[in-house]
Order: sequence, then C-alpha cells, then structure tokens
Amino acid sequence: MSDNVSAFHLVLTADPALLAIVRLSLVVSLSAVFFAALIGVPFGAMMALVRFPGREGAIVALNAMMGLPPVVVGLAIFLLLSRSGPLGAWGLLFTPQAMVIAQTVLVAPIIAALTRQTIEDLWVEYREELGAMNIGPARRIVTLVWDARFSLVTALLAGFGRAAAEVGAIIIVGGNIDGFTRTMTTAIALETSKGDLPLAIGLGMVLISIVILINALAWAARRAGERYAG
Amino acid sequence: MSMRAPASDLPIMFVEAGILAGEVAILDRVSLTLGPGAPTVLIGPNGSGKTTLLRAAMGLIPLSRGRITWGGRDAAPSTRRAILFQRPVMLRRSAAGNIRYALASAGVPRAERAGRTAELIATIGLGGLERRPARRLSGGEQQRLALARALARDPAVLFLDEPSASLDPAATKSIEDLIRAIAARGVKVVIATHDLGQARRLAGEIVLLHRGRLIEQAPAAAFFTAPRTQEAKTFIAGELLV
Repeated sequence: MSDNVSAFHLVLTADPALLAIVRLSLVVSLSAVFFAALIGVPFGAMMALVRFPGREGAIVALNAMMGLPPVVVGLAIFLLLSRSGPLGAWGLLFTPQAMVIAQTVLVAPIIAALTRQTIEDLWVEYREELGAMNIGPARRIVTLVWDARFSLVTALLAGFGRAAAEVGAIIIVGGNIDGFTRTMTTAIALETSKGDLPLAIGLGMVLISIVILINALAWAARRAGERYAG
Repeated sequence: MSMRAPASDLPIMFVEAGILAGEVAILDRVSLTLGPGAPTVLIGPNGSGKTTLLRAAMGLIPLSRGRITWGGRDAAPSTRRAILFQRPVMLRRSAAGNIRYALASAGVPRAERAGRTAELIATIGLGGLERRPARRLSGGEQQRLALARALARDPAVLFLDEPSASLDPAATKSIEDLIRAIAARGVKVVIATHDLGQARRLAGEIVLLHRGRLIEQAPAAAFFTAPRTQEAKTFIAGELLV
C-alpha cells in the first residue's frame, strides 16, 4: 500500500527522473512506429496487390514474423551493431538509435501483415471500379492505402502496442543506461529486481495510461475521419 | 458535360466473340454491331450473357475467342468508354471526392477539376450533398453519383449494367431521365437490363441474348411489335425463357 502511495506521489509531482524515462520511451516507440510504417505500409500493400510465385509462402512468413521474439531481434541487432559486427563502425550500440532500429524490426512485420490483409480486403471491393477507370498499379496502391487509412490506424496501434510493451530487444541493444537509454519497460524490470517498487509501479501506471490515451486519441481520430470521409 | 459528335469509336463490333468458363460458353460466338444513335438495350434472362458482354467491351474480361473492334480499331482509347456497374462501389471519400478521383484518373488537369465536379454534381442533382461521405448516400443517390463518376471520363460510349436494379420507382425515373439526357448529348448508351418496361422506355434498339447467344437484334419498335424469333416472342410475353 505504501509503495502505491509513493508511486502516485512520483507521478503527481512529475518526478524529473520519471519524466525523462517517459519522454525517452515515447520518442523511441513512436519513432519506431513511424519508420516501421514507412516500410510496412507500402510493403504490405504491394504484398496485397502483386502476384508472384511463392506469394502464399511469403504471406505465411510475414504473418509469422509478427511473433518475432524480441530477445532474438535484440541479439541480431546487437551482433550487427557491435564493434566487430558489419555495422559496428556506425557506433550505434547502446544508443537510443539502436533501440529505435530494434523496435522498427519488431514492429514493421506487424504493420506490414495487417496492412496486407486490410488492403487485400479493400481491393476485392475496388477491383472492378479501379479496373474500369484504368488505374495503374502504382496509383492503385496509393488509392487503396488512402481509402484504408482509417482502418490502418489499427495496424499502427498494434505496432505501437508492441513497441511500448517491449523490453527484451531494447535492453540488449540499449543497455538500460540511466539517463540515456533507460525506458519505462527496462526501468520497470530493473527497479523491480532492485526492490524499488514505487518507481516501478509509477512507471507502470504511466505506461498503461499512455497506451490507453494514445489508443483513445487514435480511436477518436478514426471515428471523426470516418464520419467525414465515409 | 461536353456535346459529343458521332463518335469515331463507333461502331463497336463484336466478331465471333466468345468467353468460356471451363467448358461452359458464357458468351457464345456473338457477332454484333453497335452503331451511333439511340440507346441499345441488351435484354435477356439472368445468365444470358448481358453483363459479360458489357465487361468484355470494357476490357475487364478477356475474350476466349473472336475480337472486339472500336471504329474499326482493335483497341479504343481507354478514357472514351465508361461503365456503371449494377452495384457500384463508392470510394471512401465524399461525393465530390469520388468525382474528383474519376476526373483525375481520366487525366483532367487539376485546375479544371473543381469546375467539372460542380457541373457533374449539378447534372445528377446532388447539389448540397457534395461533402457527404459517398457511402452514406441513399441507393439512388449512390447510383447517380456512380453515373457522374462514369461521365467524368467524358465517354463516347457508356455501358450501364442494370442501372436501376433495386431502386424504387422515383429513383428509377431519376436515373432514366439522366440516361435520356446523356444519350441526347450524343453519348452512345448501351444498357443491360432484364426489365422489359425499362427496355421499352429507353431503347432505340434491342439486343436479345439467351444462354450467351445473340438471338435477335432489331429496332425497339419492330422488336416489340413484330419479334422474329420464338425466344423473343416468349420473352416479350413475359413467359419464362429457360
């Protein structure tokens, strides 16, 4: 009970250490979702529309990648970015950028797989109309992504949920360095292991609140958009 | 809507046109010429090949055999033909957004689109509903919007597949009035319907199809007063053509 009271105190007094962790967490997760969307949305749309040999297998593989284990991704990125790795010269290991890269790798398949399904469903609806209007392949993709934009919000939210809750990958490539690469999830894991429950609980409350807030904002934006555009 | 001279894409000639689905002939060696003038109405029972013929003309279904020529050429400029499907799909945009999209796809310069959109909205009588999401319009309004989208391509030939199916009489009259106005401006209108009343009201020429075959092609007046084939007599009498 006293731990909970202390946790509330940290949140209500906007504890600087807590705020710094929250800020970094949001920057890392939202950046990862942004880059994952840049990759995943067009890739998913192309998977939905382009027919090629082995497409079914590629879809199964893409769907399977939604369940990539974070620690395995973290290990792979660690090996790539470590001094002896192929990208070691970039000096990114144990930086927020490395954490963004790891989370992008985790989130991109989720956004791509959900985009593929959404676009494919819409394409079934639109195929004849766009065919009758002689819309070329590139314009088809742009049209379908634009018209599915409100449905794709769900894909982005799923990606954000994955990024915000993830700890395995970023703790490996970020190192959980205090004041530099410490995020809410890595801090919760650390503080719990140290027995500093107030900070862990406070961060947990903030994390859950942020996830709920972002989902609520996205839901409101989606509903407003649907009312306007249909 | 621009006034059209007799179109150079006409006549549309189907030469021994056939479409097979497995062993079944959906369109069975149809040879047919559609010239300029009053609307041509394709009639026949369900499964007679009316919709398939329209889609083949639009290039949406490849022929298994034969060919289609436009004004003697094998391919028409794509923007000069348009189709209104039986159940048109509204893009997830506003009513005006749907028309603007069709205008853009037809290559209309951006600077002209607002004016053309307003003109088409007025033509179909949807003034005041420009900003409403297209999917929230009523069935009749959606059908008219789809018609405007087709007209955005400034077609020389307009194919209409069951244009008033599932519409109430008022909405049907509204669509038919529009079709007459479009035809009067020189656009060749080809309509597929199984509604004999609509065929009588709109047709200048009738084409009767049955089981994928061309049964009879005649001016509307002659077709209804003196049908030449037994199938035509049966169909006009309202008996089942099976």
